[in-house]
Amino acid sequence: MKILVANRQIVRPGDVIAIIEDKKAVVEERYFPDKHIYIRGNRVMTDVVGLASINDNDVQVIPLEGKYIPRVDDVVIGMVVSIGITNWILDINSPYPAVLNANEVIENFNPITMNLRDYLDIGDYVIAKITAFDRTRDPVLTVKGRGLGKITEGTVIEVKASRIPRIIGKKGSMLNLLTQKTGCSIIVGQNGLIWLRCSDENVLDVLIRAIRRIEARSHVRGLTEEIRMFLDKNLGKTSG
Amino acid sequence: MMHEKPVLIREDGLRHDGRRPDELRPIKMEVGVLSNADGSAYVEFGGTKVLAAVYGPREVHPRHLALPDRALLRCRYHMAPFSTMDRKSPAPSRREIELSKVIREALESLIFVDLYPRTSIDIFIEVLQADGGTRTTGLTAASLALADAGIPMRDLAAGVAVGKIDGVLVLDIDEVEDEYGEADMPIGYAPSIDEIVLLQLNGVLSLDEFRQALELAKKGATMIYKMMKETLHNKYLRILSEE
Amino acid sequence: MSLTPTKQPIIPRIKRETIRKLLARGERIDGRRFDEYRPIKAYLNPIPKAEGSALVRLGNTIVMTGVKIEVGTPFPDRPEEGVLQVNAEFVPLASPTFEPGPPDEFAIEAARVVDRNLREPRAVRLEDLVIIPGKKVWIVFNDIYLLDHDGNIIDAGMLSTMLALNTARIPSIVSIEGDNVVVDKRNKDKKLGINLNVVTVSIGIINDYLLVDPGLEEELVLDGKITIGFDEKGRITGIQRTGMHGIPSNMIDNIISLASRKAAELHSYLREVLNNPTTYSKTLAEIMKSEG
Repeated sequence: MKILVANRQIVRPGDVIAIIEDKKAVVEERYFPDKHIYIRGNRVMTDVVGLASINDNDVQVIPLEGKYIPRVDDVVIGMVVSIGITNWILDINSPYPAVLNANEVIENFNPITMNLRDYLDIGDYVIAKITAFDRTRDPVLTVKGRGLGKITEGTVIEVKASRIPRIIGKKGSMLNLLTQKTGCSIIVGQNGLIWLRCSDENVLDVLIRAIRRIEARSHVRGLTEEIRMFLDKNLGKTSG
Repeated sequence: MMHEKPVLIREDGLRHDGRRPDELRPIKMEVGVLSNADGSAYVEFGGTKVLAAVYGPREVHPRHLALPDRALLRCRYHMAPFSTMDRKSPAPSRREIELSKVIREALESLIFVDLYPRTSIDIFIEVLQADGGTRTTGLTAASLALADAGIPMRDLAAGVAVGKIDGVLVLDIDEVEDEYGEADMPIGYAPSIDEIVLLQLNGVLSLDEFRQALELAKKGATMIYKMMKETLHNKYLRILSEE
Repeated sequence: MSLTPTKQPIIPRIKRETIRKLLARGERIDGRRFDEYRPIKAYLNPIPKAEGSALVRLGNTIVMTGVKIEVGTPFPDRPEEGVLQVNAEFVPLASPTFEPGPPDEFAIEAARVVDRNLREPRAVRLEDLVIIPGKKVWIVFNDIYLLDHDGNIIDAGMLSTMLALNTARIPSIVSIEGDNVVVDKRNKDKKLGINLNVVTVSIGIINDYLLVDPGLEEELVLDGKITIGFDEKGRITGIQRTGMHGIPSNMIDNIISLASRKAAELHSYLREVLNNPTTYSKTLAEIMKSEG
């Protein structure tokens, strides 16, 4: 395969990013949705606006835009939008609403004597993990696990879900930087919602501005250094 | 209002606005122009000015419309009441309903709709000023808005109309050329995959003229397509330059 | 029939609490003072083909108004006057909660509030719009087009309407034969006559707090809202109270005083724009580029 783009180059739908030289690999059309590429004839093409990512002789595209699509084991932040007899429905900022069953939250749940509203009400935020999803059925959530459950304090902000990998960084490097420099508690939902709790309003303000900066500039090289400098400059006065 | 037919091809071979037969009008494009929409685009071809917004994929309302194996596309082409010479009633006309359908079908073939079963992808096109070629400008804007929303698609579609005026085939006709010309042929073209996704003819052409018209339209659409790609790229370059 | 709104977006509980907590400290969620408008940007004539047009950006709310002027018949009870028709379209590209279809009660209410604030103080010189008395008059169609909804549509709609009407020019009449009036819209000579300018000021109420120009997030947690129109002489030209909670009657006086003060500011901005048309005239492409 001959790759026609540079690593981290901006690509758009329909861009040809590689040519397949092995005649046996030529296909009419084959789609690799997770890699955001499709093969048509001997050409490898992209399906979204994104950044080319080259690894050895493999190329894929990291999208810069797009809605959150659930994946099993993702931690997400959802908001209760409706309440049934045995479950809650949560908006997880995705085309697919998520289901949280009562027995996840309430031990020995009894639908006759217990009212779900007493536990989680409309408008409540919940940190949860996705346990099942396959696009034909709505995602199922669990709140059993460390750090999961109802949000009772702090702030929740929303960013583009496509920018979440950058906010976490390679092996969590960006998130570590944010946590260490600000001393705030941060939980990043893969669906683009982020929970923040800081001891100081000014530090929270700087942290939010730093996250907004990562969101807007996620395609920029050397962003971690840029954010480190931003935090040092803006936190200097408040945290000493 | 009755006016005499103006001269469409002047003695020097140029058109009423001074363009060569194969020349596009000045084209301007911008993406990410609205804050609520998941993706948006503004496109203008000369005096034709169009805004497009995309919402989705999102939950389908009402839910019984949801398709089990693919996304539902909803597309509305609509003209603002002040977009035309005489005020247009804001209620959708038969023309707007038909154009909504041909634009939707153009986009159906490009979007990987199987990826999002039980959802809808909504495309809203508002013609803010009409001066010929509104459906093709609308298709161009819709393609850009879809890309801006991060909807996976095979290719972008560029729209342009070719006309026959005073016996001459011309690219990107405006309202005067459409009104007084002999034929109007809008196309939507996805150059990377070499597919025609919208094709209509209003008027009469010989077989030979049709073949020439299609070549001219593809040439024009390919130029527009390059601008679309640049526009998508520029959104991020602009952020890079902001320090 | 009017129904309790069922499709309003749900505001997260902690956001609702944050908004109220901030108010107690004298702050608003976007950092504004209680009596502060969001940044306003106005542009004249973005749609040259219309007889008049303006685009107003109020924070992230974008409203465009286009004016078309056409020949029609007068109302039988007003044979010596032209007709002003105000319409508002909340098109679905403006908000995830809008659906295609005819204007709903919110769009109709917005159009009628703007209409009354123009009609009652006789802001537009309808008496100048007669072509053949009792038979042919100019009809002024004022279409308010909401492009991006981030709250306080009425103030933005009123401002863009006032600016569009001020830029509007009447098409020239080519000939009149009997009752048949032939016009040429490509030639617009005479300006539409405006007697006086009107602005509206919307104030949101939460508990005892008065919030000028509530944004969408604030609108969703308001107890109520009141919109008051003022002409350039400082007279009240119309009032509309909305929302699902009553307003304590002893607050009304404060609301009127606050609105009157803010109206004076809006009027001075309106004058600034109208006195400097070249500065504020921008093509749509330029507007979209600067907003993008």
